[in-house]
Amino acid sequence: MQTATGTVGQRPAPAPPSLRTPDAEPVVTTDRLTKRYGQRTVVDALSLQVRRGEVFGFLGPNGAGKTTTLRMLLGLVRPTSGSATVLGRPAGTSVAQVGALVEGPGLYPYLSGRDNLRVLARYAGVGPGRIAAVLDTVDLTDRAGDRFSTYSLGMKQRLGIAAALLKDPALVVLDEPTNGLDPAGISEVRTLLRRLAAEGRTVVLSSHLLGEVEQICDRVAVVASGRLLVESSVEELRGLGRLVVDADPLETAVAVAGRLLGADRVSVVDGALHLQAAPGETAAVNRALVTAGVGVTGLRQEARTLEEVFLQLTEPGDPPPAETPGRRPRRVGRSAR
Amino acid sequence: MSAAVAAPGARPARSSGSLPAIVGAELLKLRRRPATWVLLGLWPALQLVFSLVIPYISYTRGSSFEGIPPEQVLTSTLPDRLVANALSGLPLFGGALLLTLGALLAGSEYGWGTLKSLLGQGPRRTTVLAGQLLALVAVLAATVVVSFALTAAVSAAIAGAESAPADWPGAGELARGFGGGLLVATTWGALGVLLGTALRGTALAIGLGLVWVLAVESLVVNVAAPLLGFFDALQRGLPGVNAGSLVAALAGGDVRTPGVVAVVDGGQAAWVLAAFLAAASALTALLLTRRDLT
Ligand SMILES: Nc1ncnc2c1ncn2[C@@H]1O[C@H](COP(=O)(O)OP(=O)(O)OP(=O)(O)O)[C@@H](O)[C@H]1O
Ligand SMILES: [Mg+2]
Repeated sequence: MQTATGTVGQRPAPAPPSLRTPDAEPVVTTDRLTKRYGQRTVVDALSLQVRRGEVFGFLGPNGAGKTTTLRMLLGLVRPTSGSATVLGRPAGTSVAQVGALVEGPGLYPYLSGRDNLRVLARYAGVGPGRIAAVLDTVDLTDRAGDRFSTYSLGMKQRLGIAAALLKDPALVVLDEPTNGLDPAGISEVRTLLRRLAAEGRTVVLSSHLLGEVEQICDRVAVVASGRLLVESSVEELRGLGRLVVDADPLETAVAVAGRLLGADRVSVVDGALHLQAAPGETAAVNRALVTAGVGVTGLRQEARTLEEVFLQLTEPGDPPPAETPGRRPRRVGRSAR
Repeated sequence: MSAAVAAPGARPARSSGSLPAIVGAELLKLRRRPATWVLLGLWPALQLVFSLVIPYISYTRGSSFEGIPPEQVLTSTLPDRLVANALSGLPLFGGALLLTLGALLAGSEYGWGTLKSLLGQGPRRTTVLAGQLLALVAVLAATVVVSFALTAAVSAAIAGAESAPADWPGAGELARGFGGGLLVATTWGALGVLLGTALRGTALAIGLGLVWVLAVESLVVNVAAPLLGFFDALQRGLPGVNAGSLVAALAGGDVRTPGVVAVVDGGQAAWVLAAFLAAASALTALLLTRRDLT
């Protein structure tokens, strides 16, 4: 797994997300999108926005409802309530400009890679010229004549991505595109996704590989149990770092910090106060503690990896913020503060 | 790879393959799939063996075949019996093979997750089904033609070898035979597609389809119908019974293949089969459009 250090700023071709998608129009909008299977609510009043030209990460633990949400965006699954708009049209009707790979590549094992694309190109109504182009994009031209069933997992995945690109789509939806790939394969897909973004496409990508999301996504949404926990840029999400305070007396410090930040952002680990706080909040915390007569012997900001953020947000014992009635999911970022 | 991406709304909402393009794609799939060749090849092959080869061998040995004297056995293999000899296997083992084909085609789209890939390219669900059914009709028509051609060739050879008369059926009789055969074949295929779609897989769909064709119908016809009036009425509505009745009518009422029973007259049988075909297609379309694809 990749480390978090400075990867976001190192994106080669495209400009940083804040420059690339300043206030770009939304490409995907969901409004209280909900799916129930029997008694179980699998996607629960999900409202989020994907902006034009961004690489949007859709994060969540197994069973969070990522795939179900993407299926609703594609019109494969009908929402129980709520709505989704894709490229300005109700979900499922804008298929002309959407390319998708959902839950593994669905291709015919007895056909060659090229024949699979031939079949899909006819369904898409695109000329045979696109077949060579997408094969080249995913670097499968050499093996295109072999039967799909003889492909390695990574080749199958790549052919699935090629199929998603046949229509030259403005929006590419990829559900765990690196599933089952080795590090080299993951890196290849990452390069490919960057290229797609550089070409001006919007990419929505679901994953639980945080390193991957951290490195290529502009913004992420974190979901658990079908609920939106956070929708923010990667930097902002990570920015809500951990402030570690060595304080005495600890009980008073917990109470003061709780009043300042809210009890759910305060915990005690190994005799130290751990606060979920943005770097800008450090001074305020220090002031409040000192004013209350607490001795502060140490105060340090710890940057977190997205992985830590993710694990903390999706921790089963910790009720997600959205669960509190009337409280909106946390939207970290300037616009929401 | 082109970098140009149209602005949202610049292209029509639903640009996807036309129906002929989709039929072309389906024909490519059918052509490249080994199972198609096995199932569609087996039917004319078995047809030939049971309607011509075995009777002719029994004739050359001078033995009677199913209690029929040798001379009559020879007569039954000659060109004027072409329609009967090309179609007699269709109601029973032809039906089993074609039901299997239909169930395999529809069911494996779920197993392989390919249906979502097809729909992901933009066509309406009903257009996908229409394309698949039309392609199926096309290969079934080709198979009926092959069955007629093979039967004609072998019958002609027998007539030549035995210096027997080669009186071919008229064009009208051939056309009716082809049309009726295609109707029976398509009905079985569409029932298989319905089963494969309803059960979203191949194994159970094929199993249930075969039990129906080979066991349930024959139990109703041979065991239950003679005993109870209700089953006697019921059997007149069964697809296998109507397929048998239609083929018997096309063959001039003289078919000795087991499982082929003339219970209703040909015209009525054709209507019942057409109704089964329409109902199976409509029900498949309903299932396909109403259900979530997961
Ligand atoms: N057709 C269905 N019928 C019943 N329950 C379903 C169906 N499809 C999905 N679910 C349930 O919905 C929940 C979310 O599933 P989903 O596949 O969307 O999760 P996910 O976030 O994609 O998980 P993963 O990371 O494992 O792929 C799961 O509890 C799953 O059991
Ligand atoms: Mg999933």
